[in-house]
Amino acid sequence: MERSFEKYFRQNRLPHMWCPGCGNGIVTKAVIMAIEKAGFSQDNTVIVSGIGCSSRASGYMDFDTLHTAHGRAIPFATGVKMANPDLNVIVLTGDGDCTAIGGNHFIHGCRRNVDLTVVLFNNNIYGMTGGQASPMTPTGKKATTAPYGAIDRPFDACKLAEAAGATYVARSTAFHVQHLADMIKGGLDSHGFSFIEAMCQCPTAFGRNNKMADPAKMMMALRDGVMMKAAWDKLPAEKQAERFPIGVLCQKEYIDYAKAYDTVIEKAGGRA
Amino acid sequence: MSKATLMQGNEAVALGAIEAGVRFFGGYPITPSTEIAEKMAELLPEVGGRFVQMEDEIASVGAVLGASLAGAKALTATSGPGFSLKQELIGYASEAEIPAVIVDVQRVGPATGQPTSPAQGDVMQARWGTHGDHPMIAISPWTVRECFDMGIEAVNLAERFRQPVILLMDEIVGHLRERVELPEKEDIVVYPRRKPKKTREEGYQPYAVGDDLVPDIADFGTGYRIHVTGLIHDETGFPSGSPAVTRKAIDRLHQKIMIAKDEVVKTESLLLDDAEYAVVAFGGTARTAYQAVLDARRKGVKIGMLRLRTIWPFAAEAVYEVARKVKGILVPELNYGQLVGEIERAAKGACPVELLAKYNAEIFTPAEIEEAIMAMVGGNK
Amino acid sequence: MSEMRFSGSGGQGVITCAIILAQAAVAEGKNAIQSQAYGPAARGGSSKAEVIISDDAIYHPHVEAPDFVLAMTQEAADKYWHDLKDDGILLLDENLVPNPPAFAKTIRIPITHIAVSDIGKALFANIVALGATVRITGAVSYDVVAKCVADRVPPATVESNMKALKAGYDAADALMK
Repeated sequence: MERSFEKYFRQNRLPHMWCPGCGNGIVTKAVIMAIEKAGFSQDNTVIVSGIGCSSRASGYMDFDTLHTAHGRAIPFATGVKMANPDLNVIVLTGDGDCTAIGGNHFIHGCRRNVDLTVVLFNNNIYGMTGGQASPMTPTGKKATTAPYGAIDRPFDACKLAEAAGATYVARSTAFHVQHLADMIKGGLDSHGFSFIEAMCQCPTAFGRNNKMADPAKMMMALRDGVMMKAAWDKLPAEKQAERFPIGVLCQKEYIDYAKAYDTVIEKAGGRA
Repeated sequence: MSKATLMQGNEAVALGAIEAGVRFFGGYPITPSTEIAEKMAELLPEVGGRFVQMEDEIASVGAVLGASLAGAKALTATSGPGFSLKQELIGYASEAEIPAVIVDVQRVGPATGQPTSPAQGDVMQARWGTHGDHPMIAISPWTVRECFDMGIEAVNLAERFRQPVILLMDEIVGHLRERVELPEKEDIVVYPRRKPKKTREEGYQPYAVGDDLVPDIADFGTGYRIHVTGLIHDETGFPSGSPAVTRKAIDRLHQKIMIAKDEVVKTESLLLDDAEYAVVAFGGTARTAYQAVLDARRKGVKIGMLRLRTIWPFAAEAVYEVARKVKGILVPELNYGQLVGEIERAAKGACPVELLAKYNAEIFTPAEIEEAIMAMVGGNK
Repeated sequence: MSEMRFSGSGGQGVITCAIILAQAAVAEGKNAIQSQAYGPAARGGSSKAEVIISDDAIYHPHVEAPDFVLAMTQEAADKYWHDLKDDGILLLDENLVPNPPAFAKTIRIPITHIAVSDIGKALFANIVALGATVRITGAVSYDVVAKCVADRVPPATVESNMKALKAGYDAADALMK
């Protein structure tokens, strides 16, 4: 078996800290597969993450890596990209990090169309702090801060990204590894704000509280809970509500923020 | 026609920052600091830099820190509630040792307070606003020319120590327009971005330090593949839960500045040689205080002024030297009483220290300070 | 040392008026500072600007006892004339300050009316006021002020602004002879 992906990991920082059965490792591997396929240089790529289980991924990856504060990965990444637009900038974030404390940064990153690829590890829960409800915990599911079941409606982060102006939006799951890697690769290839929701399992903090402690069963639930977008599009509306579409959900052309700023520099008579 | 121009304090800060090599500004509009953002939006693209109006104050610091790590000298500016919001990532900059300048043009608080009115109520927030133990550098100008000079100095200090630096202004100086002559470009000293002294192959570690205890952290994209985190970390940059590493990391953050205190801490002594009394003041209030000192001198009072250019680290030695020589120190400040506690502590009982506090959204008049001087002198007779 | 205060309501341009005067003083090699106080409203609400011109260093940045006060509204007039020096001068917009304060040396000029009738727009009132101020105070020379105005305003409006400055100057001149 070829293990060419290993050079992209900091071997001396492994093994990782995630629980047995966690989906974060699969998503991280998919990110690496996409980077390898896209041909990004390790010396010219910056991985920026927030705070939470998934955001620890940056520490294992052999690039310039920036483990920021809770929710703030996108503003840091915006600064990195604007200071040096030649760098490839990838953001790794979680559902709590991106859509709760970082929600405002998320929609404004989309709006500006900063050339970032944002991968949201969606495990529907705050794992690192022990299983509190996130804005992507499904209604009715239990969390330590929703012991009777969540009454909040969850965000559809993909719809949010599209509405806010992201120019590439896709979804996949930790079950569909190759597809997930392809979706991320599509984000790396496009210029502008690319958003990929990677649905993944958290057996420890989400599963155990919701009668799904077995990671394999959680992965099968991921498999059964989604459908390829082309097939999903043909479903009647009441059936659509039962599954998430996966695949490329939105793709459009719009000038990315650093390129747009080049026109400002030109108007001001400056040199980039 | 002279070379001098009429310039606003906020504008001078922006010009100074550009001269110091600032090439990125992330900010959010807030009175009375907004002119700094506006000026940077105009000037940065002219020199090939970039300006982003961020969605909030926290994002502004985040973008500034990201830009700084990617190699651009970076600055943000704020006031009032904005300074409170920025505290989270000021702490991040301190812990991760990222050069950044945060300008705080103080206004009346708490909360929304009096948005366009002067105050000096952020003295302690500048020092202790973010959580945990951390060193802080804060400097405060009293003239428009000094706004320019400190725009440069703040950036230089941030780069020299890889440390967030607060340029602690107030509305008085920020909005003041004044005759100013800027220095010749060749007379401006700029501290360059620190560069790694070793290659990856030679065992480079981003947070290893030499004699000055300041790390030479590689800019992103230069091939070092470093890891930056807000977690306590060792020389490698990777987190460590060890008590020994934790203690060492926090010690070094403080020591890197304390061993170079003479480079950082600056005061100005005015008419103190024969002084029997002293005023200690800073920022816009120092202007009125100095007028009062001159007026009191005309009435025969031997009084001088120690002006604090550096607010943090506190100029304890300079204050003590003054306290040993005089019969009393008056501390006028536009707040309920913040700096006075530090001055009392530094004076170590060598002389009485009296507070003149004002917090009604107006600046002092020279007569108010002169009256307090006379009361201090009278009380000693 | 000369201490001057310009007051009115937001949008009348009194702060710009003060800035240009201070710029002119600096251009003449004098020391000058300018400060302002204003409320939250960009239009309406109170607005006050101050200028101190001196041959020496200026420390305290606000006016202590003005030699000259311009008031462009009744509210500003009522609020800002009290601390005038005994030999100071109070300049009022004649129409907008119908009830002049009881101050010895008060000059009333229909500033806004001149701006509308002679130049065509009320927004030139601050430059009319500036012209009058230059004539009344003698703080700076007319030519230097004219250059500062020309440098500051949009190119298309230079001619109208020059006309406004002159109209203000002449109106004051007629009253001072």
